[in-house]
Amino acid sequence: MLDFIIQQPIIAALVALAGLGVIFGALLGFAAEKFKLEGDPVIDQIDELLPQTQCGQCGFPGCRPYAESIAAGDAINKCPPGGQSTINSIASLLDVPAPELDQEHGQEAEVKSVAYIREDECIGCTKCIQACPVDAILGAAKLMHTVIVDECTGCDLCVEPCPVDCIDMIPVDTGIKQWQWPTPPLPNGLIATDRINSTEPPQGGSSHEDAA
Amino acid sequence: MRQTWVTPGGVHPPENKLQSLKQPIGQLPIPHKLVVPLGQHIGASAIVCVKVGDKVSKGQKIADPSGVVSAAIHAPTSGTISAIEARPVAHSSGMTALCVEITSDGEDKWGSLTGIADFEHTSPRALLSIITEAGIAGMGGAGFPTAVKLNPGFQRPIDTLIINATECEPYITADDALIRERAEGIIEGIRILSHILGNPDNIMIGIEDNKPEAIKALAPHIQDTGINLVSFPTKYPSGGEKQLIYILTGKELPSSKIPADIGMLCINIGTTYAIKRAVVNGEPLISRVTTVTGEACGINRNYDVLIGTPVEHMLEYNNFDAQRCSRVIMGGPMMGFSLTSQKIPIVKTSNCILAPSVEEIPHNEPAQACIRCGMCAEACPASLLPQQLLWYSQAKDHDRLESHNLFDCIECGACSYVCPSNIPLVQHYRSSKSDIKKAQEEKVKSAQARERFEFRQQRIELADKEREAKRAARREAAKLAQASTASNTTADIVAAAQARAATKKASPEQELAKLERAVSSAQMRVQKAQDKLDSALANTETGEKINILTAALSGAQQKLEKANFRLAEHSK
Repeated sequence: MLDFIIQQPIIAALVALAGLGVIFGALLGFAAEKFKLEGDPVIDQIDELLPQTQCGQCGFPGCRPYAESIAAGDAINKCPPGGQSTINSIASLLDVPAPELDQEHGQEAEVKSVAYIREDECIGCTKCIQACPVDAILGAAKLMHTVIVDECTGCDLCVEPCPVDCIDMIPVDTGIKQWQWPTPPLPNGLIATDRINSTEPPQGGSSHEDAA
Repeated sequence: MRQTWVTPGGVHPPENKLQSLKQPIGQLPIPHKLVVPLGQHIGASAIVCVKVGDKVSKGQKIADPSGVVSAAIHAPTSGTISAIEARPVAHSSGMTALCVEITSDGEDKWGSLTGIADFEHTSPRALLSIITEAGIAGMGGAGFPTAVKLNPGFQRPIDTLIINATECEPYITADDALIRERAEGIIEGIRILSHILGNPDNIMIGIEDNKPEAIKALAPHIQDTGINLVSFPTKYPSGGEKQLIYILTGKELPSSKIPADIGMLCINIGTTYAIKRAVVNGEPLISRVTTVTGEACGINRNYDVLIGTPVEHMLEYNNFDAQRCSRVIMGGPMMGFSLTSQKIPIVKTSNCILAPSVEEIPHNEPAQACIRCGMCAEACPASLLPQQLLWYSQAKDHDRLESHNLFDCIECGACSYVCPSNIPLVQHYRSSKSDIKKAQEEKVKSAQARERFEFRQQRIELADKEREAKRAARREAAKLAQASTASNTTADIVAAAQARAATKKASPEQELAKLERAVSSAQMRVQKAQDKLDSALANTETGEKINILTAALSGAQQKLEKANFRLAEHSK
């Protein structure tokens, strides 16, 4: 063996390299089979970021189809319920610049709303039940329907099919428990000498006060 | 003297505690109207159990706890329920929440009270239910329902009970005053707690060394009780739960763990006194000691004040000078919040009303850029990196905020206090914390929506498939039927028709009866025709008529013959 390598170094090297190639090729082939990925993982990641209202405002029948379309190169700014924050997170996931929301598909809602059925007026036609993408409406033919508020995504797809217009979108109660601390303003580039002339009013309602 | 440990960071703001300790705890006249909020604690708001117009006695329950983490609410004085509506409450948002308004009748009459003098022979469970019924929630500031905190069923038994008498925040002296005057009751409260927890090995009262009077007052009562009184150097914020545990035991509470996970429990000293009153005297939590202080108040003093007393009522009796006041703060200068209205009532967690003058606590100066001086990192008692957190907070980088342990921030305000650029750091963290919490909630909700949507898709698909299968089956059946008709020939059809006719053929008896009926009816007709002809001949009618009648007669006779022939044929 050693004699052969010393006497025929080129052939020995070729044999060794070919051997290595075969071994690693087999390893790669095995790994490709063993760790095979079904579907495109980026679709799942995008789907994870979308708000799952299933409202169809993007023009696709649900959030997953839109995620698939984004993965195939569609614009990322077609989701009004997700708003700018969703656009930003998809942009950072895909490493592309974040555009503004495409107003063609709707505007970002200031406050979330949920559907509410005026039950006295409901005729029990089940049209809204068929329209609801998340099965959040309860009822049966010729019986009064109602919305399961906790499950409603606020997509408003049930409003249009209602023949007696008894569905309202009402804003979600933002009580004291839902209140969020406001983000303080960014420093506006003051330098020390400006502070004397600063006409900025004191920040009311601030939590922290400096002790004298 | 026991060993104590030193926490990292911390600041030494001016204490300003002496001015409010010159006089003993005072009493205020009962206000005409008291406003009692239903959510004074962490957890679900209580559910009101009285109606407008009801008469209530002092200490009567007016709201039941809703769910496990909640606390009952009681009437602070006797009177009439005059309103149940949303009012501004003690909350950083300045928002309104449901409150019960009681118009006092001035009598301040208790309902019947039943205390337990002999608590040592009462089961811990019974004592816990008394504490629940008395609506006791942590009085140090957070307001966590105490009965839930004490509830057994921990991973491990509690071996260390820590009573928090630190009161590290400037200006506040409510606990100090309470200890000075009611040390005996406090110790009794601690003994009740110890009994509930199955007599833990270590019971410690942690107190800062700036309260010598309080230490002196407690000392005689703790002899031979096994309770250790531990005093340690004053530093803000030693009173944080994690900080106090470290100072007293040298053990660090791991991130996102509660003290019970390491066999400890931390209870505020004011809460222990409330427990004593609930168990021994049977009085629910309807009043607390609150400090009224600040240069804009003529009198700086502690009061035993009824829950629901409006802040303006307290200020009024303390010679409040609105001109000098920069703002009214509930809580201390470090962690308190400015009140948007002076009608806001005192709640179970209000330990201080601070009305400073403008010189004392000036308005916030505008924030400037961070200069990376690192003073905040030195001041942070939780050893976090405040400036790094600020960057991530501004960038809304939630992942990095969490990996830099934002949720270990106790919001003490030490970083903002030392910041030379006046950056409201804590506000940034609070805002980020609520953003992250909201994002997490939304994620849970969207996962739920996705699951429901996918389930619906599957269901619809399944229903479609079933319908399609049914349709296919029906098509198949129709095709089979068609195929069988197409294979018949004309001969077959004739044979089938004959077979059908054969089956339709009546029995011989019926046929005979039918033929006989036909013969008799034919005979009748012949008879009739004969009669008509006879009468015509008798009346000498015209020849034409007679001809017709003769023809009819012969026709009838022919039919009769035919019928007779058929009958004869059949009879053969």
